[in-house]
Amino acid sequence: MSAEQSGTQPILLEQDVVRARQLARTLAQGCGMSLINLTKLVTAVSELARNAVVYGGGGHMDWQVVEKDHRKGLRLTFRDEGPGIPDIKLAMTDGWTSGGGLGLGLTGAKRLVDEFELDTAPGAGTRVTILRWA
Amino acid sequence: MAALQPFTLTAIRTHQASLVAEWLAGLDASGATRNLKADDLKRQTEEFLDLLHAGLQNGDASNLNAGAWDEVRLFLEKLSHSRALLGQDSQQTATFIFSLKGPLFALLQREYSEQPAQLANQLLQVSELLDALGLHTIRTFQKSREAVIKRQQEELLELSTPVVKLWDGVLALPMIGTLDSQRTQVVMESLLQRIVDTGSEIAIIDITGVPTVDTLVAQHLLKTVTAIRLMGADCIISGVRPQIAQTIVHLGLDLQGVVTKANLADALKLALHRLGLSVAKAG
Ligand SMILES: Nc1ncnc2c1ncn2[C@@H]1O[C@H](COP(=O)(O)OP(=O)(O)O)[C@@H](O)[C@H]1O
Ligand SMILES: [Mg+2]
Repeated sequence: MSAEQSGTQPILLEQDVVRARQLARTLAQGCGMSLINLTKLVTAVSELARNAVVYGGGGHMDWQVVEKDHRKGLRLTFRDEGPGIPDIKLAMTDGWTSGGGLGLGLTGAKRLVDEFELDTAPGAGTRVTILRWA
Repeated sequence: MAALQPFTLTAIRTHQASLVAEWLAGLDASGATRNLKADDLKRQTEEFLDLLHAGLQNGDASNLNAGAWDEVRLFLEKLSHSRALLGQDSQQTATFIFSLKGPLFALLQREYSEQPAQLANQLLQVSELLDALGLHTIRTFQKSREAVIKRQQEELLELSTPVVKLWDGVLALPMIGTLDSQRTQVVMESLLQRIVDTGSEIAIIDITGVPTVDTLVAQHLLKTVTAIRLMGADCIISGVRPQIAQTIVHLGLDLQGVVTKANLADALKLALHRLGLSVAKAG
């Protein structure tokens, strides 16, 4: 597997959620991703970027185009230096929210991608990495 | 700081016509006059010099907040506002003031050619005065610009939420772009109002123009649906393309029994059916 391209985009405000979606869409198109997979990925990006803004107080999206067996994919990391998530099991429960949302962002995003990794601790910020093959 | 010398004031008054001409030429050369009418600009330069002169006569050049400068400040605020409306940027707008420096300095140089110490002192004061006025212009320009942007956003909000009547009793709301909380609020209000006004029984929310349906959009949609149902009307969501339908399932969203259709035509067909109507070929 060889990394071909990578970069970082800040996600500080609500408008940056839209920009993160647009970047992900463009990158996914560049990977030749099908419309269905692209829509799933962009929706996951929307959820994770918004969480970084709303709960993490803003953060960054690192992106990387990956390739394996002639198949391209997109790996994205959403990281913030916010309060972190005290109870991961609870946060990864369908319908649980601490802020009046639908509580389906993290779990929904997980179901929308091929790989999902959540790394967080109280006071240590939050880092979610996802991968979606084309 | 001492006030400007009366001699300077007299010089500005006496040479006002040539000052205006040089100033206008400088403005033109700077490219800051695009979109502006020559007549307006000439009037503005003359008016500003008059007001500046009056301000200098009555007030201290180092304190622009004083009452003597009210008129000058007001003039610059109006100027900033009109420039913002014309789509000029802050640099072009501030150039109006800054490009007076050249001609004014040249004038002072000629008038004080025999008194270099006085010249230096007067140049410094005029320079500081024009800088302060220029900064005031930029500040008020920014405020005006923000006001213009805010108004445009509000207009866009209304523009982007047209409720259309498809049939007696059937309303449609085509949503386009990103659904944020503010827009949902506006959309919901205008839709509910139209339901009341028209006595409609069915509302179709078309999301063909919404590229991403995430949990926030879904939450806004569900709120709208709930409000429509509370009014005794029924709701259909159309424009749910296959990729959106799949995404909704993966997100685990519960659409609370709302009927969804892939396109607006199918939704209208269903609405007519529910009203006991059918469309038949003529003849
Ligand atoms: N980046 C983050 N930083 C801190 N807490 C987070 C972050 N992302 C998610 N959480 C927590 O996990 C909960 C569940 O998130 P999510 O599934 O997206 O649902 P929702 O956003 O609707 O609350 C949030 O309510 C919040 O308490
Ligand atoms: Mg969320």
